[in-house]
Parts: sequence; structure tokens; C-alpha cells
Amino acid sequence: MAQAKKKRTEIFALGNEAVVEGALIAGCTFYAGYPITPSSEIMEIMAARLPRTPEGVFLQMEDEIGSLGAAIGASLAGRKVMTATSGPGFSLMQEHIGYACMVESPLVIVNVMRGGPSTGLPTSPSQGDVQQARWGTHGDHPIIVLSASDVQECLEMTVRAFNMAEKYRTPVILLLDEVTAHTREKIFLPEPGEYEILERAVPSVPPEWFKPYEDTARGVPPVAPIGAGYRTHITGLTHDPMGYPTQRPDEINTAMHRMFRKIDQFFDDIQLVDEFLTEDAEIGIVAYGSVARSARLAVTKARERGYKVGLITLKTLFPFPKPSVVALARKAKCILVPEMNMGQMSREVKRVNNGATRVRTINRVDGSIITPSEILKSITQV
Amino acid sequence: MSEVTQLIHQYLRHNKKFPHVLCPGCGHGIAMGSIVRSVHAQGWSKDDVVVVAGIGCSGRIAVYMDFNTVHTTHGRALTFATGIKMAKPEMHVIVIMGDGDALSIGGNHLIHAARKNIGLTAIILNNNIYGMTGGQCSSTTPTGDFSMTTPYGQLEKSFDIVELARAAGANFVARGTAFHAQQLDRIMTTAFGRPGFNLVEVFTPCHTQYGRKNKFKNPVEMYKHISKTTMPLEAWSKLEPEKRAERTPVGVFVERDEPGLEERYMEMKKKLLGSAQ
Repeated sequence: MAQAKKKRTEIFALGNEAVVEGALIAGCTFYAGYPITPSSEIMEIMAARLPRTPEGVFLQMEDEIGSLGAAIGASLAGRKVMTATSGPGFSLMQEHIGYACMVESPLVIVNVMRGGPSTGLPTSPSQGDVQQARWGTHGDHPIIVLSASDVQECLEMTVRAFNMAEKYRTPVILLLDEVTAHTREKIFLPEPGEYEILERAVPSVPPEWFKPYEDTARGVPPVAPIGAGYRTHITGLTHDPMGYPTQRPDEINTAMHRMFRKIDQFFDDIQLVDEFLTEDAEIGIVAYGSVARSARLAVTKARERGYKVGLITLKTLFPFPKPSVVALARKAKCILVPEMNMGQMSREVKRVNNGATRVRTINRVDGSIITPSEILKSITQV
Repeated sequence: MSEVTQLIHQYLRHNKKFPHVLCPGCGHGIAMGSIVRSVHAQGWSKDDVVVVAGIGCSGRIAVYMDFNTVHTTHGRALTFATGIKMAKPEMHVIVIMGDGDALSIGGNHLIHAARKNIGLTAIILNNNIYGMTGGQCSSTTPTGDFSMTTPYGQLEKSFDIVELARAAGANFVARGTAFHAQQLDRIMTTAFGRPGFNLVEVFTPCHTQYGRKNKFKNPVEMYKHISKTTMPLEAWSKLEPEKRAERTPVGVFVERDEPGLEERYMEMKKKLLGSAQ
């Protein structure tokens, strides 16, 4: 009766391996990809694991365009799908990211960022794809972009990425950097049932009543998977509530605004941050990915020396977590934004700060990490 | 009710606003009719059929048919179809593409879908031109012919779709025309009922874009031209080699029965899951 409390399973894993664990926990049954450093481990492990699961399908495609195409196809057929890539592959995927936004196809794309532009630095870290993740595909579109700063978080954020994709019927991009993806450390596997796993809504009405893109209060219409008897039309053309192409301004307007509203009205649920010693912070740091780890150590060391420093780690990059950052900017005298690019998230920080407090950036684009001592030095110079 | 009317009622969408986008004299509607008749001949349930289409005039015909229809991106229809087939192998997947769609921007996906031998039927509606964008040359515009982007004549050679698909490893390769509708029905019906990757090329005239640039007075002349320049494969093979260049053979070129990728994948899974127990 009194069962001994089971010790949580520990594994020693790479960030990329943790992503796979997270995906399988979240119910991913389909992976299509193309090899690219530094994301390839995700694909290799999926190739070994998915065929051994009852429903699992693994597919290596001819390029990243095809990978995302196959993933969207499987998503339309009702699967939870994922693909992983890095900078050059992510550039190729932009076309289909737009398609997935337009047809509102739930899916998860992991981009392990490496130095760019172009072929760049295949095995060195970077955070250069942040604005591309938000705005890379053409046209106005809402999108969710998440990040993770350590291996445990890789697992957690992958599960969250799937949940958000399903709940909001949207592509979700998980941005890792090479450091997080290739760090090997001890993590805990969650017990079954520890994470809530969400599934997309399916129609509750018979096919003749179903409108695949109806403007509902929630803004997220149910998805009828291919083959379930609903025989819907799916198109990347701007479509009416029935899913058929339209050029009528009133129908386009309704569809576009609903697409934005379905994300906007759930900001509280989507915008995730970690706050560390921000209550009394006079100097605030906003960081994400592996840089947030360096920043955390820098904050601890600075506190030892008497500096009142606090850190916000962004787990959600887009939609940008404005309320938390604005709150920090209101109380701090200066905000530091360290990142491995020429200043992509600092643009967002400056935008929401709107000139209220000083914003300083720490930028690195040489393929090296930003160390705690670099951040500490900046703290002491403020 | 005549059979044609019956099929229209049964297989075309009632709630989709016609008229359609196709020009007078276009062969795409004939190909679409052939698809409908061949699905009917197979006796498939409409719920089990997926039509995946690319971009262009050919891509637009998916929306009129009452199946699960997916209008995808330019040249990438086969990648979506591959994902759908692997996710739901029980579905009957039909992919409709144009020549610019399948061979220019989608050439890589085409050869790899054929090499993978994924279980579906790919239909390429070949009108030798980019119709929807206003008549630019495609990778099947014959050498010397005129288009908006080859005002002094096409210098490049055109792709032979049949030879390309054969070399890439397709299970079944056939060529039909919009002029020979009954033969096209036979070819499509055969292609739909087979395993692996099946490719059907269909010559369909585009008078609006290709015809007006290449001295065809009207669509009827273009159909007559198709009739005059094509020949059944069996008769063509018996021609003297020097006479073959004047005619294009139509018929079935490749018939292999290798299992599709999805079948081989399920086989592998069965072994793996069996050994785990």
C-alpha cells in the first residue's frame, strides 16, 4: 500500500537530447528534418526513437523546405510534429513558416542558432536569428518564439512549445543556441502526468455545419484532421471562414484580425519569464539562452560586492514580455542587455522602455560566449 | 441524369463559388474531369482521398473537388503529400502540379519523391508555360519557342518528364493528353490503383499564354497540334529512329511494383516493435 516514493529519473543529457525527451513527452509522433550542425543530434535521436513508438514516423527529407512541408502535411493529418534546424536551414524554412501561420497549422520548429550570416560559424554559438524568428517570413503574422537557457529548460520549453502550438493552433519556434544545445548536464525526467499535455481542439459539430476558419470568441478554430470526414480546403491564399480563397476586404480583415487576436488575448499565458533578485534591483539585466546563465552568475557575484542587480530571463521572446520588462525598467536606473548578436532583443527592450531608463548593450558576434566576468564588468561600470 | 451530371454533383463542391479560374480552351478542366472519373472508377470514399496541389493554374483546380484538398506552396506540393501519406498511409494521395511548379522550382522535390517511391499519384499538367503569372517560359518550353521572357526564342532545352521520372526511380510513369480524354482516364485509373510513386504527365494546351505567342490562332488548333504530334508508344517504338523526333509518344512507359516508402516503413516498425516485446 505505502509505496516508496519513486526517485525521479535522472539522466545525463545534451540540450539537444533533452529537446527529444520533451517532444516525446509532449506527444510528438512525427519528425521530418534535414541534417545541420549544431542541431543534428535531435534528428539522429528521433531517427532511433520514433520508429520504436507505436505511432512514430521519422522522415529525412531532401532539404529544409521539404522537411517543414512534410511536417505541415503530417500536422494537417492530425499529428503532433516537430523539425529542428540551424541558421541556413532556418532561412530555407521561412516560406513554410508563413504557410503554417496562414493555415494555422500547429507545429514546433527548433532552431539551434549558430553564427551567421550565411554558412557562418557552424559549431559556434550565436543568437543572431532572434528577429528572423519573429519576422523572417513575409507578410504580417503572429508567431510564438520561445527560448531555453539550460538543459532542464530545453526539456520543459519543448513541452511548452508543443502545448502552445496545439492550444493556439500556430507554429512555435524554440530558439536554442549552440552552447545550450551542446551542454551536457544532469536533468530530471518528469514523472508521467507531471506536465499537463494539451491537444488541439477538434470540431464538435457534423461536417455539414463545420466552418474551418470561423471567427469565434476564442479566436482559435477547431482543426478537422485530413481523413476525419470533414473534407476541408486548406490554402495559403487568404481565405474565408470556409477556407476558400477570398479577395473581399471584409473577409480578409476579419481573418487577419482573428489570427492576431488569438495570440494577443492570451499574452498572460504565453509570456514566460524568470525573475531573479529583481525586487530591489537598481541595475536590471535582460537576457535569454545561455547568456542568461552567465548573467545569473554575474548577478550573484555582483550582489556579493554590494551591487543591487536583478535579472529577467526571457523564456518567451515573442510576443515580447513587455509587462515584466517595463516593470523592471521603471524601478532600475539602468538595464543591461547582453546577447550574442549586434543587438536584436535590445531593440525590443528599448522599444518598450521608450526612453524611460538607460539601456546598455553587451554584444558579441565572434562565436565566443559572453562570460559572467564580462557582464560583471559592465555592472561595475554602470 | 446523365453520368457526367451525376459525377459533377457527387464530386464537385456545392458550396464553392463558381465560375472557375480557367481560361476558355484550357486543358486543365479535362484533366480534372479525368481525375474525378478515375477516383469514381476506383470506388474510393471521398473522405479517404486527399488532393494536394501546388501553385499556378493547376494548383487552383483542387478547390473545386469535394475531397480533402490542400493548396500548398509553389513547387512543394510533393513534400506536404509525403508528410500526409506517412502520417496516414490509408489515405489515397493525389498531387496536382504544373510544369513550372513540378520541374523548375519543385524539381528537387520531384526527383526525391520518385526516389523515395512514396505511395501517391503525381499528376503534372504540362502546358509548356507559366500561365498564371502571364506567360513566361518554363523548363518544358520547347527550344526556339516564344514566351514573355524568351521574346527572341527559348535557347535552353526542355525537360523530358518521362525520362526524368524513370531515371529518378518512379514506380509508374505515363504520359497522356487533354485531347485523348479516354486514354487519359485509363492511364489515371491505372495509376490510382498502384503502390509506390506514380507519375502521370498530361499535355494540356494553354492558348491564352503559350498559344498566342507561338502562332496558334485558337485553342482548337492547339488540340489539333497535340493530336498530330503525339503517337501511342507502341506505334512510336516501331518508327524508324530518325522519324521518332517528330512525334511524342504517349502511353505507359514504366510499370514497376515496388512497395511504397510508407509500406516499407510500416514493415520496419513491425519488426522493431515485435522485437521489443
